[in-house]
Amino acid sequence: MAFIDDVFAGQAPALLWGLGGVLAALTLAVAVSRLLPVLKPGGDFTNLRQRIASWWVMVALLAAALLTGWQGMTALFAVVSFIALREFLSLAPVRREDRLIVLTSYLTIPVSYLFIAMDRYGFYLVFVPVYVFLLTPFLMACIGQTRHFLTTAATFHWGVVTCVYNLGYVAMLMRRPEGEMLPAGAAGMAFLLLMATEANDVAQYVWGKLFGRRKITPTVSPNKTWEGFLGGWATTALLLWFLGPVFIPVSGIGLAVIAITLPVAGFAGDVTMSAIKRDIGVKDTSALIPGHGGVLDRADSLTFTAPLFFHLVAYFGLTRF
Amino acid sequence: MGQFRMGWFRIALLTVVAKPLARIFTGCDVLGREHLPTQGPAIIAANHASHVDTLLLLTMFPARTLGRVRPAAAADYFLKGPVMSWFSRNVIGIVPVERARAGQGQDVLAPLREALAAGDIVIIFPEGTRGDGEAMAQLKSGVARLAEAFPAASVTPAWLQGAGRVLPKGASIPVPMNCTVLVGEAFAWAGDKDAFMEGLRTRLEALKAKAPPQRWADG
Repeated sequence: MAFIDDVFAGQAPALLWGLGGVLAALTLAVAVSRLLPVLKPGGDFTNLRQRIASWWVMVALLAAALLTGWQGMTALFAVVSFIALREFLSLAPVRREDRLIVLTSYLTIPVSYLFIAMDRYGFYLVFVPVYVFLLTPFLMACIGQTRHFLTTAATFHWGVVTCVYNLGYVAMLMRRPEGEMLPAGAAGMAFLLLMATEANDVAQYVWGKLFGRRKITPTVSPNKTWEGFLGGWATTALLLWFLGPVFIPVSGIGLAVIAITLPVAGFAGDVTMSAIKRDIGVKDTSALIPGHGGVLDRADSLTFTAPLFFHLVAYFGLTRF
Repeated sequence: MGQFRMGWFRIALLTVVAKPLARIFTGCDVLGREHLPTQGPAIIAANHASHVDTLLLLTMFPARTLGRVRPAAAADYFLKGPVMSWFSRNVIGIVPVERARAGQGQDVLAPLREALAAGDIVIIFPEGTRGDGEAMAQLKSGVARLAEAFPAASVTPAWLQGAGRVLPKGASIPVPMNCTVLVGEAFAWAGDKDAFMEGLRTRLEALKAKAPPQRWADG
């Protein structure tokens, strides 16, 4: 038990309160899901129950990683990147000749996360967007199949940037900048990013279910409505505005910019990934998470919010970057 | 033949080593898990593109059924050399089929009959060999003869999507890519060989049509 004590003793109180709040919200969700069949007999709430059950597992994994620090988060997100990239490259149009390119794409994961573990931000920043970007098409050229060359190169680039580079920013956020004054530690910053992004998804879903009427993206994602988008935006913006000062060293204009842009980025990530899934002809990227689909279905908005949150917090609040 | 003195060892190895490996390399999505047989005698008939097929089909069963699940496999390939032979018999748990001796008046299906008579769940790849992972080859009728001999055995069709990309025929390096096993509703022998084979093919094609596009872009 001494180990458990150590894990909790070194934590910022705000982080523990934050995690407690998430558990309270989940408990409330369970209560609502039990109450709904009573209020609306005959309705099918299987998906809702599955979704909530899966949330417990995801929250437990993320909480454990946050409490164990940058090592835990780096390990967890390396796995998340791997599963997301595997899901993407298995569905995206990739040619028979590209089998070994798929294999080398996975190698970007250990390299990128090694740079995070070594705290080499500069290396991390350029590795995928510049060098993997150049090397992948070159390797494809060496293999020699030129049919659909450019589209395939773009497919690989999209997959590696979203699944490896952009998701990696969550772990990069955990590299505690020495000497920075952080209200709830590095884990507090990552917690706010994850909580706001997922709360935005949930708020959009709930507002849409309750009041959704006007379709916002009829051809890409027919279930999304203006009511869901705007309700989710306002909810998440208020959440970020009031909880921001507790978790990140940003306030005033900087915090307002984060509060206003992050929910839009989450929506954009969701819609963009939906367009790709519609093009491929699937609804879910896999069946790994009951009620949600694949890891990429769950992390689609995070691939957009993670870099944005990182860069805005770094610009407005951190002297290191 | 057919006896597992090391049954617990096989189940432990499949659960602790094979299952995590299958998860890492394929994601192991199973659609229609409720259609899987829970007891033998039963036949699983699946398409075949890769050694990964056997791994996927074995690891989708719960540990309590796993002891009964045995894949039919080519004796000429899987009983080659003492190490391979030991591994095939004691870990994969194969029922060896002497496919080279088919059509020579010898009953190559005898070991499978024995397994079914003992109450095993037998996995059969009716294509007889690994294909390219795209189109289904001509189905061999041995599965119909087995179903005829064991009319009480349920026949469950299973379509394996994507395994041919993880480790295609001839490749030695496995590449992680998501695979999906689509399990269909079981059916049984109804008295006619051609109708049985046509029914099996139709069921497999129907499962294939529902599979996610986990295939090569121009395959």
